[in-house]
Amino acid sequence: MAAVAALEVEALRHLYGERVALDGVSFTVAPGELFALLGPNGGGKTTLFRITSTLLTPTSGHVRVFGTDVVQDPHGARRRLGVVFQSAAIDPRLTVGENLRHHGHLFGLTGRVLADRTRDALEAVHLTDRVTDMAGTLSGGLQRRTELAKTLLTRPELLLLDEPTTGLDPSARRDVREQLLRFRAQGMTVVMTTHLMDEAAACDRVAILHKGRVVAQGPPSTLVEAVGGDVVVVTAKDPEVLAQKIEARFGTRADRLGDRLRIEKARGHEFVPALVEAFPGEIDSVTFGRPTLEDAFVHFTGEHLA
Amino acid sequence: MMLAVWSLTVRDILRFVRQRSRIVGALGSPILFWFVIGSGLGRSFQGSTPGGGYLEYFFPGTLALIILFTAIFAEISVIEDRQEGFLQGVLVAPVPRMAIVLGKVLGGASLAFVQACLFLLAAPLAHVPLTVASFASTAAVLAVLSVGLTGLGFLIAWSLDSTQGFHAIMNLFLVPMWLLSGALFPAAGAAPWIRVLMRVNPLTYGVEALRLALYGHAGLAAPLALTAAFAAIMLGAGAAIVRRPLKG
Repeated sequence: MAAVAALEVEALRHLYGERVALDGVSFTVAPGELFALLGPNGGGKTTLFRITSTLLTPTSGHVRVFGTDVVQDPHGARRRLGVVFQSAAIDPRLTVGENLRHHGHLFGLTGRVLADRTRDALEAVHLTDRVTDMAGTLSGGLQRRTELAKTLLTRPELLLLDEPTTGLDPSARRDVREQLLRFRAQGMTVVMTTHLMDEAAACDRVAILHKGRVVAQGPPSTLVEAVGGDVVVVTAKDPEVLAQKIEARFGTRADRLGDRLRIEKARGHEFVPALVEAFPGEIDSVTFGRPTLEDAFVHFTGEHLA
Repeated sequence: MMLAVWSLTVRDILRFVRQRSRIVGALGSPILFWFVIGSGLGRSFQGSTPGGGYLEYFFPGTLALIILFTAIFAEISVIEDRQEGFLQGVLVAPVPRMAIVLGKVLGGASLAFVQACLFLLAAPLAHVPLTVASFASTAAVLAVLSVGLTGLGFLIAWSLDSTQGFHAIMNLFLVPMWLLSGALFPAAGAAPWIRVLMRVNPLTYGVEALRLALYGHAGLAAPLALTAAFAAIMLGAGAAIVRRPLKG
């Protein structure tokens, strides 16, 4: 028998009144994976996050955390979960140390064990010298680190994070990502939602969530390969007209994204000169490159994320 | 479970102590009420009060008001916890839902209880006689009433998402509840419809129990039992409302 999945989402649907937020989402995360749910805001990421963290009851379908159903046995699921919300779940009027102690108490930790783990957790996220600071006075990056320290305290099997680097400056962002990689190295399964391509690209596997459905999933490299060839981006004064002309001339689809045209083409280096030759004066600029995860996203959703 | 309750309770007490203005507000305004209303109404008041003057009549009502203010304001923290994001962290912790209710209610209730007891110790200054026995029995009533009113505050705060809404409920519902509890005037001289309202008001029995305990009169058991029942119902309803899953 195969090992139990760290996270199993099966035919999950959720409606807010008439509005469909999740429309039959299924995917599995293996133990020890670093997994990203990539999608635009409003794509259903947060709904999925809230259901998995036991805060919201889905309309139908199942979510299991290491085999424990979050609806049937929320208490059991909570024992296995660590949850990092987008807005810090810390008390601004308590110190960093008090926040950690309180969190430990909620998970039944006391005395020596709590003291040791608190010390280790603070060291791991480099917050030891901030232990007596009021949490409310910390910067966003330090608050996020306090959150991560809380997570280390309870040693969850599955760590869920909602947009873990949103609102952080670049160095704090790098900090959080490095910490997540360390978590994974220690055997923790990490699942995060994100709308940032580079963040998702650093994960083992990615599921692209679009309009309440998983439109693609796999390792970032596999998703990128699906693009097929190179990506040529053209800017033009009249992109609409140019798109029609390109389709007529080369038989290639050109997707319009704002004032730009995006073309997926094998052997792009041969296509670019031909394209420029064909429409003199009509093209402002051409860029050519190997596809990235962003191109894969556009490929699968037909939309830009930004 | 007890660890979680303890931790939540201590947290609320710490938060309270760190906000000096709350201490002044919760204790100061009832004392001001007591002194101004008591002194102002005193001469025109002809009720049959056990202690004699109106300041004495009004004393148990002021105790109830201190409890009400402290308890209710303490539970505003439920709304703040939700807005600050702290509450969701508690909700995803493997803690029995009853522990969350008890933790939040006992935190507010202890604050209310301690403040009311401080005011109670000042009773002799108001010519309200205080013995060890009457202090003990009054404190017991205060403890039960604190849990009941804080539980009510928790229920209201849990269902609201803004502190503004909470203040509206406070003025529309909680202050009238206190006015019609026998705190200000006895039911005997009131209009019949007021008397009906006073009879169905759970706080009436709390104020009655306080009055009986404070002045050492007989018949404490019945109003105290009703007050305890009120507290139990509030806690039960609190657990039910927290357990109710969000449907979004």
